[in-house]
Parts: sequence; C-alpha cells; structure tokens
Amino acid sequence: MIRTALIATLVATPALANNVFVSNERGNTVTVLDSTTWEVVTEFAAGNRPRGITIAPDGSELYVCASDDNLVRVFDPKTFEELPSLPSGPDPELFVLHPSGNPLYVANEDDNMVTVVDVKTRQVLAEVPVGIEPEGMAISPDAGIVINTSETTNMAHFIDAESYEIVHNVLVDQRPRYAEFTRDGKKLYVSAEIGGTVSVIDLTAEPPAITRKITFEVPGVQAEWLQPVGVEATSDGSRVFVALGPSNRVAVIDGATDEVIKYLLVGQRVWQLGFTPDEKYLITTNGNSNDVSIIDVAAEEVIKSVPVGQQPWGVVVAPN
Amino acid sequence: MVSEPGHWSGFFGLRKRARGALVGAGLAALATLPATAQEVRTAVIRVDYPSLLPLSRLDLPTEDRAFAGAALGTEDNATTGRFMGQTYETVTVAAAPETALAEFARLANEGFRLFVVHAREDELLAMADAAPEGALLFNSREGARSLRSEACRANLLHVAPSDAMRADAVMQFLVWKKWTDLFLVHGSNPADVALADAYRASARKFGAKIVGEREFTDTGGSRVSDSGHVLVQRQLPVFMQDTPDHDVVLAADSTDYFAEYLPYNTWEAAPVAGSAGLVPVTWAPTHESWGATQLQTRFEKRTGRAMRDEDYQTWLAVRVIGEAVTRTGSADPAVLRDYALGGEFALAAFKGQPVTFRPWNGQLRQPILLTNGRMTVSVSPQEGFLHQRSPLDTLGLDEPESACTAFE
Repeated sequence: MIRTALIATLVATPALANNVFVSNERGNTVTVLDSTTWEVVTEFAAGNRPRGITIAPDGSELYVCASDDNLVRVFDPKTFEELPSLPSGPDPELFVLHPSGNPLYVANEDDNMVTVVDVKTRQVLAEVPVGIEPEGMAISPDAGIVINTSETTNMAHFIDAESYEIVHNVLVDQRPRYAEFTRDGKKLYVSAEIGGTVSVIDLTAEPPAITRKITFEVPGVQAEWLQPVGVEATSDGSRVFVALGPSNRVAVIDGATDEVIKYLLVGQRVWQLGFTPDEKYLITTNGNSNDVSIIDVAAEEVIKSVPVGQQPWGVVVAPN
Repeated sequence: MVSEPGHWSGFFGLRKRARGALVGAGLAALATLPATAQEVRTAVIRVDYPSLLPLSRLDLPTEDRAFAGAALGTEDNATTGRFMGQTYETVTVAAAPETALAEFARLANEGFRLFVVHAREDELLAMADAAPEGALLFNSREGARSLRSEACRANLLHVAPSDAMRADAVMQFLVWKKWTDLFLVHGSNPADVALADAYRASARKFGAKIVGEREFTDTGGSRVSDSGHVLVQRQLPVFMQDTPDHDVVLAADSTDYFAEYLPYNTWEAAPVAGSAGLVPVTWAPTHESWGATQLQTRFEKRTGRAMRDEDYQTWLAVRVIGEAVTRTGSADPAVLRDYALGGEFALAAFKGQPVTFRPWNGQLRQPILLTNGRMTVSVSPQEGFLHQRSPLDTLGLDEPESACTAFE
C-alpha cells in the first residue's frame, strides 16, 4: 500500500495529469494514457466492439458502448474495474450524457431508436423512434434539446429532452455521423461523412436552419476521402476541429467565420476527437494506424502520436 | 410567431405546443424543406427467364429475389418521407419474357412513371422504347456494354454495373497483385462470349496479358448429379491441361454452368477469378464495412435470408429515387432524372464513398466488391488507379469510350 502510494507520488507530475481513455473497436479494450507524459498507463478489456466512450462530469464513472454486447459497460475510471452495466438497446454506437451526469442518451444503430437510460437506477426511461441508423448524439448546453443524427435518413433530429418527442428535423448531407453544439448554444455543427460537408445550423433562427455548409479541399487528396466524422469546438467557440476520416487530416475551422484555416496531418482514418479539460490538447483516434495523434490546440500543430490498441474508435479525457 | 401553412411555426413555440398532439405520429415533426406532400409510386418488374438450377445450392433462387431489396429501399425511403411529408408506394410484378412488355404497359396505364426493371437487354430495351412520355426506368440487372454505349436510352439509368465495370474491378486487383498472365476460359453461350470480351478489353486496358484461351462448351444436361464431383475431379483437370504458363485462370461464365467447377480442379496450381473464385459483386452477405452490417441486419430481419447482389441493386435503385425526391421535393421523373445526372446527386450506399451517375450514359458509379464467397477480399477501384474525374471512372466505359449520344 505504502509502496504503491510512493511510486504514484514519484511518477505523478503536478495535478494537471488526466487519464485519457481510448476505446479500441477491434482490440475490445480501452487504452489509458497519461495526458502529461502521453505514456500508456494501462489497457483493459472493455467488452465486445467498444465504440462510443464518455465519462461522468464528476469523473466517477466511465461509460463504453459495447456494441456487440448490446449494452453500455461501466468502469471505475481510477481502478479500471468494471461496474454493473447499463441497458442500452441493441447495437449502441454513440451516446451523450446529460450535463448533470444523468440520464444517458444512446443511439441504437441497428434499431432506429434513441434509448434514454437512467445511469443510477439502470432503468430505460424512454425509447425514441428516429430515422434509420441513428449515430451522432449531442445535448444542448441548456439541456433542453437532444440531437440525434441518422445515417440513412440524413437528418439531425431535435428531441425534446423532457418529453422525448421529436420537435424538429433538419435535412443534412449524406451519412451524418456527429453533432456538436457550441457552448453558447447558438450553433450546431453536423458532419456528413459521405456528403463530405459539415452543416452549420443556426439555433437562434426559428426554425433552426442550415446557414452554411463547410466543405473541405486538400491538394493532392481525392475529394472522396475527405470524410468528416468527429467534430469538437473549443468552449469559447473560436476554433472547431473536424476529423476527416481516410484523408488522415483534421481540419481547423475558425468558429467566427466557419472557414477552414488549415489541415493537420494525423494518423490513418481519423474518426473521433477529445479535448483535455484545459483544452490545451486535442486527441484524435486513428483507426487504421492503431494510434492517437496529440494536437497542441493553441499552436494548431500535431506534437506526438502514441500507439494504442487495435482500431481506436472513440476518446474521452477524465475531468479535473 | 406567425405560422404559415406548409411551413414551420417556429422551433421553440412548437416544442411546447406539440406535446401530446404529435405523440400518435411517433416520428412527428416534419423537416423544414420541402414542405409539399408527395406520393411516390414505383413499379418493380422482374422478368423470370427459364433456367436450370444454379451449380451451388447457396445460389438457389428465392421467390422474393430482387423484390425484397426494393421493399427494404421503400421502407428506408418511407422513414425519411415521414419527416418530409412524402409517402412511398412500390408494387412488384414478376413476368415471363413474353408477358413482360404487356405488364409494363398495364402499369404505365395505371399511371406509374417510375420503374425498376430487373430484366435482360431485349426486354429492358423493349420497355424503354415503349415507355410513355415522362417515364424513367432504372436497370437493376443487365450488364451489357451496348446499353451504356450505342444502345443507350435517355429514359434508362443503370444502377446495375456494366460487365466492363465488374471485369475492370477484377483486373485492377490482379494487376495490383502483379498476377498479369491470365488464361481465359469462357462459355459458349452468347452471354458468356460477351463476358469474355469484357475481360479481354479489361486486360488490354490495364496491361495484363491473356496468354491463352479455351471455350468450355455448354452441352446441356442437368447441373448437379449425385456424386457428380467424382467425374468433375477427373474431367476438369484434363480439360485444363497443356496451357501456356499463367498466374490466374479467368472464368467467363455468365450462364453459370461450369465456372464453379474450376477452383482446385485446374491442371496447374493457379487461382481462379471472374465467374468463380474471386468474384466481382455489388453486394455479398459477408460485406461489413462502412456500416454495411446495418443494412445486412435490416434485410435479414425482414426476409429471414441473406442479402444478395440482385437485392442490393433493386434496393439501390429505389434509394436513388428516394434520395432525388428528398432533395428536390418533387416526384416528377423528369425532375428526378435531371437531379440524378446534374452533379449534385450523391448517395451513401455502404461502399465508403458516395455513388453518383455518369452524365454521358446514365451509369451509376459504384465501388465493386471482390468476394471469395466467404469474405470480402478487396474492393475496387484499387489504390493507384487514377482518373482525372474520380477513381470510380477507372471502372467501366469512360466518356470517350462510350458511343452513347442520348444524354447529350
């Protein structure tokens, strides 16, 4: 006990270290990295086909969509021990937590449904029928609206977070994968993987409507491979990062103008993104090179890549 | 907040009022555009030709073949339609070659103007030529080169890939492997001979060499007999001896009577590609990439069987219609055709990149899967095969090769 504590003290750098959790879709594991040293802390089994991954706002529980187990696996983010699982509905792919930490809104890719789960009682609170192949999930900062994107229906569905009814739909481009609100709740970004665009939806308009579609262009890269998936905006809304799949690029977008400023070369088939809590770093999951790239957010540069498990899919960083 | 008919009455206002009122609708709120209601009616005509049983039991025809894909596509369209205020109705008709045209005329008289036709060249062209003004046909089966070239029709779009696209998909893979010395075995029926032409053209196009050829004559007879493998094991190697050195045996057997016997029964130890061995398909029950598993499970839940090439092609044809309706807000075939060919059209089809149409001959561009029957071995176009427009245009007839003028 004492020895463990001693080692921990020696290794630990100032209080800024956060654990970074990466789900490995093919490896059936979660890799844990240290956000100061970027060393691998451990890798633990996380069920079958772990994809979406998120953590409670107080850092008490780590949630992983174990897609082939048809449930959400729960882990202690400090001991990495598994806790009782949550029901999720079939084939959970991505989910979003209520800002309070409860409930969890889960997209069931195989069942055209969003399942709402109470993480404390482990009860299903509601099942909301949506379009075909629901995937992306987001919740507005005021927690009033949950967004689901459906990949074959090509829509962002606006779901009332209390009544669980769809109150609005916005048609976007082909195969919408991810939705991201700005912190001020005024804009919603929706990526369309096959359409090759990110739709910017103005939430101050009535009804909310697309004001712009961001397109991507990289010299020497075929347009077909510029496939937007993960989207993360800084909390001040000044920068938006978009993972561009098999083009192995992350686009940096000026949040004020919604223009692409630059492209960062990362690992192969980059899908999801996650900030450290201080937003100094952005971690990208690179499914075909089995690594993550670390982006220095202020410098807008890739500083490092770290090998993780097989086919990394999602990433979340523990809060402070 | 003023609410206009057919328009949105404001997001937050509706959010409050809609509770209760829209519960019964389930998939309640309509999307913002376009607001008018449409009913989209499509007829799927499948022509059933007299044929012997397939060589493999795995290929036994099902009653719902091709239709099941259209039904799933209609369901997919209808889900989007519920949000958009559009409804989709699809009727399916199976016809004999001699009744196909009459059935087509009957459906046209009933007002159908959108058709998915699962037929061979003769019946397909007869329908396209007899179609009323303003009708639009989608070819979901026939791969003949002529339909994409001199015999193209302005009212006929091809969702099914051409034989040339399939042949090129195989050839690119063999060239990528540097297995470029090919021995071609083809059948004796006209369709087999045409397929052999596609392979010869493809070898020329990509720099592979057909070092020798042989025809396997169709002498008729039943396809399968008890312990038939004993004879096959003795006869096939003899048929395949005395060949020039080759890397791969290329089989052109459109009518499915001999190619399946070739793998492991060759004289030399060469892999087989084409109509058996490594086979080019639009869909295989084993395809899992790019979200394909979701389409597989939707199909399997509906039908209790695996999804095949022909089901995928009718699904895709119906989805092309749905996508064009969704984006244009119209069910008018002329509007849908313009949109499909106009450069804005793009559809996600579980192939990792959008499928689009070639405006010069109405051919849908799509990646081709190469399957060994158990796994997807690869997907063409292969890395390194480049084209100024899209790598997909390295498969099949490119603009300068096509003699089609109906789309000008």
